[in-house]
Amino acid sequence: MTRPVTTGDAEAAARLISFGMRPKQLPGRDVVYADLVRRYTEDTAFKQLANSVAAGLGLMVLGVSTQAGAVLAATDESVFEIKMDSYARQSKIRERRETEKVLHGLVHLATAALGYPRPDDLANDTYIGRVSVEQVDSVVREACRILDERVAKSGENGDPLSDAPELEQAWRAYARRPATAATKDGRLASDTTRGMVSRALRFLADQGFLVPVNPERGGTYRTTPRYQVQVRELAADSAFEELLTLGVVAVGDGAGSLRPSISDTL
Amino acid sequence: MREAELISGGLVDEGLARRLKALACTAPLHDLDARKAKLDWADATVYQMAEIALHTIDQVTIAMDFDTGANHDDVIRRLQPFIAAQAPGRAAAEHLRVARWVLDNLINVGTADRGFRRVYGSVDASGSYQRRAFDFKLLIELAAPDGEVYLRASDEAINVLVGALDTDVESAQIAAEVKLENLISRGRLADAKLAAEQARYRTVQYGETLRAKLEATRRDVRAVDWAEEIPELLDSALSHIEARFRAENAILRNITKARDEAEDPGHKRRAAELVDIVGDCISRHTQLQSRLQAAGAIFRAEQDRQQFSGPPQRATLDLFGQLLVPSLELPLADAAAPTERFFHAAAGIDVPGVPALPSLVSLLLRPAPERDKLVGEVPEPELVPSETAGYYSDEQWRRADELLDLPEVPRRLSGLLAEARETDPGLVRLVALRALHSYSPEVGAAVRQGDDRMLVAVDDGTTLDDHEFGGADLLLATARIERGEGAGEPDER
Repeated sequence: MTRPVTTGDAEAAARLISFGMRPKQLPGRDVVYADLVRRYTEDTAFKQLANSVAAGLGLMVLGVSTQAGAVLAATDESVFEIKMDSYARQSKIRERRETEKVLHGLVHLATAALGYPRPDDLANDTYIGRVSVEQVDSVVREACRILDERVAKSGENGDPLSDAPELEQAWRAYARRPATAATKDGRLASDTTRGMVSRALRFLADQGFLVPVNPERGGTYRTTPRYQVQVRELAADSAFEELLTLGVVAVGDGAGSLRPSISDTL
Repeated sequence: MREAELISGGLVDEGLARRLKALACTAPLHDLDARKAKLDWADATVYQMAEIALHTIDQVTIAMDFDTGANHDDVIRRLQPFIAAQAPGRAAAEHLRVARWVLDNLINVGTADRGFRRVYGSVDASGSYQRRAFDFKLLIELAAPDGEVYLRASDEAINVLVGALDTDVESAQIAAEVKLENLISRGRLADAKLAAEQARYRTVQYGETLRAKLEATRRDVRAVDWAEEIPELLDSALSHIEARFRAENAILRNITKARDEAEDPGHKRRAAELVDIVGDCISRHTQLQSRLQAAGAIFRAEQDRQQFSGPPQRATLDLFGQLLVPSLELPLADAAAPTERFFHAAAGIDVPGVPALPSLVSLLLRPAPERDKLVGEVPEPELVPSETAGYYSDEQWRRADELLDLPEVPRRLSGLLAEARETDPGLVRLVALRALHSYSPEVGAAVRQGDDRMLVAVDDGTTLDDHEFGGADLLLATARIERGEGAGEPDER
């Protein structure tokens, strides 16, 4: 039996969405929020109403749960969208912008890969991952090293063409970038890879996707259920689709492949 | 066809590319000497920059141990005596600055990648010539666990330093030690010191290889075969250390004896240096050994930490294998799309800030930040009026123009000078100069300026007879510049 939608329902649905816009607010700490989350999961009409409110604002509801709250994502061209261009803006223009953007993207990808090393971790709602600046950087570097060894073994000349820098493989650009650099004031230089990782992790913490644990290993964080939903329900798939269209298909098994050092490297 | 074969015959040869790369590694050092003259803060030509650079790499390499490397300040401090020896008359502050300059240039501070790039050519399978970039670093900055930044020498730098170290570490090490023992037994201490130093560099390199392997082990337990491979590796490494300990202790005994019994002070000093170097090698091996012993414990701790998982309950992606690695393998241009997609979806949402009146008011009422970091008042520059640029007055220029306007009949310079002398003695020189200038007139400039006429001087061999000026009595005439419709070439008449 369906009952007509009241203005009160619309307000409640909009309130749920507005809770979702405050990523650090959790249903566990707010009775009203928890009530709305419960209503969303139980009442189909309310769920549809909330989804419509979100869609009207240019948002997508990725998931609503007691652990994660309402997890939202921005649709293309929405006012809530975070563009890579604005994220990478702070970097100096000295280097080619495209390279900077790819490096930032790789850092975010590596953060998620380290947070959820196995496919099972991403699927398991109770899994909490741990990431640190040092680890994220070293995971990518290790992958770069393996790719480098693979090229060296194949015997081909893998050095990039000097007049076609955009054809250089992404891992080379990452491997070439220094991990760290001494600065006059002792802070982390922002255009080094560790600087980029550190910035990404702080950014994700601000977005409620990571929680700082301690300052060890350049800053250690744990993942939140919100991040899991975000990566699982949207980010991984949309990036994978892009890779599929590029014809780079990799079929995995249940074991996961985060094995930075394959036996042949030893 | 034959030409193509000749080209590829020279370049397909991988040795050539290797040699070019080796050559490229030395380029930054030569560059230092080439640029030292241009430094504006000191006359740096007295310093042998390449020498200082090699010494810097030396210092960093020697300071490298298992965990860390050399601290920037330490390296600079150690460099200073060496630099001071090159220019004892200069101030210590300048030595310090030279040390910093060399170190910064070896790191290549100021570039995003903090490295060097040299372009070299290669011929691909189809026989066409391609320019490729070779990227390398000499000194690498890394972060220690405590967040401090320290330096390590790159493989390329060690190659530059010792040369041709791209060999099997194990066999090179054995060869060096056999050589060392021989040299000591024959009493050739100067050569022995060289061999011992090389042996130490090899030890550093060996430790570096092992460090990378152990680090990989620590990162992911599942990655490494702990059933057979690692125990074998640890065994061979331990037996290697055992053998080195025996050899080095024997050498140490020998040279300690040589040092104590030596009469000649030079001999004694060299032997003492050798004792130091070999002692250092032994301490390095001790360090390596303790790492090897800890490896098992690291494995067990990591095994506990990284729980084992069951099969996935839902179909999800393997982020590392299916997203990160394929993205890394893509060319930069292609990698932009998937990484940006991922970022876009994983970054969450940005809620645009709404300006609120209370915060706006407090923002407006906030006192302006103090600007005491600025340099201070801009000094009022004292301006001295410039000396008059024009040597001749406008009147003189006008008169000269009149005199030199010769549209119909060419006139001799001597006649013009005489006429000028009658009106104004100062005018003579201007007329003579303008006549000289018109001997080789800049036709192109006149055309570009849009002039319609110009003065032309011709030398017909007559000598100028004048008490003030000498040379040829030039024939002067004004030529009209005609712009041809098609050719645009000026035509003189």
